[in-house]
Amino acid sequence: MAEYLIQTVGLPEWLTWSLMAVLSAVLILNLMAGGALVFIWAERKVSARIQDRLGPTRTGGSFGWLQSLADGIKLLAKEDLMPEGADGMLFRVAPYVSFCASFAAFIGLPFAFDMVGLRLNVGVFYVVAVLGLEVFGVILAGYASASKWSLFGAMREAAQVVSYEVPLGMCIVVPVMLAGTMDLVTIGEKQAGWFTNWYLFHDPFTFVVFWVYVTCAVASVNRAPFDLAEAESELVAGFHTEYSGLRWSFFFMAEYSSMFLVSGLAAVLFLGGWNGPVPLATLAGLSEGTGETTGALVRLLGLANLLGKATLGVLIMMWIRWTLPRLRIDQVMTTCLKYCTPIAAAMFAGAMVWLWVFPGGVLNLDDGSRRPGEIREGWLEGPGGRAPAAATAPASIPAEEAVAEVAG
Amino acid sequence: MRGPAFLESLEAAVPGGVVGTNLEAIDPWVEVAPQAIAEVSRWLHDAPETAFDSLQCITAVDWFEPDPKKAAKAGWEPHVELVYHLWSTRARVSLVLKTKLPRWKDGQPGQCPEIPSVVGVWRTADWHEREVFDLSGVQFVGHPDLRRILCPEDWEGYPLRKDYEMPLEYHGIRGR
Amino acid sequence: MSQVIDDDPRIIEFDVRTDEMLVNMGPQHPSTHGVLRLVLRTDGEVVSEIEPHIGYLHRCAEKIGENISARQFIPYTDRMDYLAAMNMNLGWSLAVEKLMRHQVTEKARHLRVLISELSRIASHLVGMGAYGLDLGTFSPFLYAFREREKILDLFEEACGARLTYSYITVGGLTADLPPGWLARCEDFLNQFEPVIREYHTLLTTNAIFVKRTASIGVLSPELAINYGCSGPVLRGSGVDQDMRRDGESIYTAMYDGYAFEVAVMKDGHYPRDHVYPAVPHDAVLGDCWHRFFVRMLEVVQSMDLVRQAIDRYSACKGPLGEPVKVAEKIPVGDVYLETECPKGQMGFYLVGNGTAIPWRVRARSSSFSNLSVLAELCHGCLIADVPAIVGSLDIVMGEIDR
Repeated sequence: MAEYLIQTVGLPEWLTWSLMAVLSAVLILNLMAGGALVFIWAERKVSARIQDRLGPTRTGGSFGWLQSLADGIKLLAKEDLMPEGADGMLFRVAPYVSFCASFAAFIGLPFAFDMVGLRLNVGVFYVVAVLGLEVFGVILAGYASASKWSLFGAMREAAQVVSYEVPLGMCIVVPVMLAGTMDLVTIGEKQAGWFTNWYLFHDPFTFVVFWVYVTCAVASVNRAPFDLAEAESELVAGFHTEYSGLRWSFFFMAEYSSMFLVSGLAAVLFLGGWNGPVPLATLAGLSEGTGETTGALVRLLGLANLLGKATLGVLIMMWIRWTLPRLRIDQVMTTCLKYCTPIAAAMFAGAMVWLWVFPGGVLNLDDGSRRPGEIREGWLEGPGGRAPAAATAPASIPAEEAVAEVAG
Repeated sequence: MRGPAFLESLEAAVPGGVVGTNLEAIDPWVEVAPQAIAEVSRWLHDAPETAFDSLQCITAVDWFEPDPKKAAKAGWEPHVELVYHLWSTRARVSLVLKTKLPRWKDGQPGQCPEIPSVVGVWRTADWHEREVFDLSGVQFVGHPDLRRILCPEDWEGYPLRKDYEMPLEYHGIRGR
Repeated sequence: MSQVIDDDPRIIEFDVRTDEMLVNMGPQHPSTHGVLRLVLRTDGEVVSEIEPHIGYLHRCAEKIGENISARQFIPYTDRMDYLAAMNMNLGWSLAVEKLMRHQVTEKARHLRVLISELSRIASHLVGMGAYGLDLGTFSPFLYAFREREKILDLFEEACGARLTYSYITVGGLTADLPPGWLARCEDFLNQFEPVIREYHTLLTTNAIFVKRTASIGVLSPELAINYGCSGPVLRGSGVDQDMRRDGESIYTAMYDGYAFEVAVMKDGHYPRDHVYPAVPHDAVLGDCWHRFFVRMLEVVQSMDLVRQAIDRYSACKGPLGEPVKVAEKIPVGDVYLETECPKGQMGFYLVGNGTAIPWRVRARSSSFSNLSVLAELCHGCLIADVPAIVGSLDIVMGEIDR
């Protein structure tokens, strides 16, 4: 599109790229806001169904589908309160820090093949690092609120999230090692084909690692049973006790988009990303490279796949939240340090050995005539393909090199 | 060991402790001298057969009739009566102790009458004695932390006294 | 000494110096069960001292009782333990009847058992659901309320009220049951029985629930007795005492001929423990888990009693009997009676002076004594354990402050 604008319309290059950046930002922002609205509505409906209730039924006609919007308007109209002893600047900045971290992480997340805000050769690293910044908003909020409960919430959050980054990172390293790259688009692309190509089913170690990842992801986005930072029965509302109105809703949006983000990341890293369980497009002989219209259709299918998987992840998080009691802070730390971290480390070592013994996996049902993702890889490298250096690495990168790359 | 025999051993253990008894009442009771209440309680708590290991309730009854005409016919002198309800979890029997105190210490209104605390015997007496102090105005000597418990700390007067009058105003709130 | 260290620049402290913090939990806090205020002295997450402050719901019930007749006091008992108002009505009625030497008809007796045991189920359901809420799970609360609503529907049909019933009254009950009520009650019991298993899977045996409650807030039997604890709190510590069996004759006579087993652990076993989940290995007698489990067992026990009461009540012919007159004179004398309410032993002390208005009314609340043990239990626990322990005591502030 950028080329079209430059070459056909004749816009100056700087303007074109700025326009494209704004467009991407607006798209992602809308996805976040719209997604949060949908997920908040879904949370209400899901929790209601789990609890034998109906949930919202009237706002916006049936199913109360406009409930979140109505809530949003109510929050906008609410008085914006700040405690007297609060540190004004930090108190105001904190929700935006959380929100921005969550927003920025979306830039690196691919929604379909090459449909990504900015394709980075260190995509995994970028997403995890930026998502980790969200904790600063929470700590700032807790510190600046001048409330003891908020402070407790913030300290818990600091301890918990920082600890869980360790096993989370180890879990994420496993698919990175298998793919031999940190580029999320390539990682997703390597899992093309039947669902047996997904890294979840690559070997027993990745299967275990996936569940460790789920645990750590739930913990790192502060969802029950790890919602210690807001623990409403202990800390009133934890770090956002003193927040109201729109500022509070920014925390809320950040929470829901982080949930979506970690689910999307799980989908890309373990569940084949935009590749469905059955490679419908490939069976029909289509791919992103086969033409303008069909290519777009295939991408839309991929988008639907990824959104579906991520939504499923979010729904599962909701299911967990409305079923389980909350752990205590020492138990949360025990889970992280005594269980998640050693298991993740052991599985990482196991996957490494597996990769050396069975390069390519054993469950691969393809006949071997074509390696997964080969067609598209070729398309990427071909003329007109806008491929960063990392993506041009051949799909069949030798396992030893992959390990060396990660280790190095 | 019930009834008279039990009373005899109590008399022997705490001489002068038992002032009177009524074994015919619906809930038979033993009247104890106020100064001896802690000693009697200790003995009852540690009594080998019927250890009254549980204190159920402490009640203060204010025997006072504000109306002088009725007071003349009442048939009793104004006093405060403390009633202790004991329970033995092992023998599953109850015992009622009563003790009489003057309404005010040395006859000066506002000065709470004093009685030894039984917190050392039953820990539950802590809150019960605080409540009696708060609402009926009895000073428990030896209580570790005798403060008001139900009323605010700066409340005046003892609401369950019969001659209590609600304050006209409390922090700007009209009382009567 | 510390002043010297502060001022001496040559001494470097390698440890981070920490301060204790005073935190005010309540009276407006989601998990203090009403208007309880706890002042916590904390060192980080560890609570070193806890001091309960009560009295925010004090409504002078005892003083009011000295100014109205005994029957007029019934609605005030409703407002004590408002989650089990029937049992409060019963406690006061029996105390007055004890002083009046009044005997209710056989039919009224069985109906009282039936109603008060149903009320016990309702109260324990709230206790169970709210306990889940204290531990951070919302759904069991609503599952419990779903069933409680059905009990309230039954009560509404019987007496017209859903919370403050004033149904059981001095000398009997205000009205007989409407036609078809017994069948609906049995329907409810049949439908409710399998639901209990769901509660056990959702809470009692849930790994996180066990982790949060087992070995937390252990109350030794000696301490429980010394603090005057009663009800499930006392039985959770392994003390075999239930006023329905061990209490005064006027109360135990009500349960004459009823078969029930006190829900307490004997020789390492709970009654019927082959049906219900096994005690987790890290639970210690007297901890939060046991207090919770005793309540769950009592729900089943009460269901049994309700069934027996339905049979007996329907076998009774003849009238229910009239309650005493509102201005009935109370004889001279004083009585004290404790009944087994869902929260524990609720005692009423009553002094009559020959008029219709009692000379003195005293309510000894079970939650009052149960709460007083909190400071002992919370010593050295974590902040997250405070709601867990308070919840396991199952207190109602209306009863504590009266």
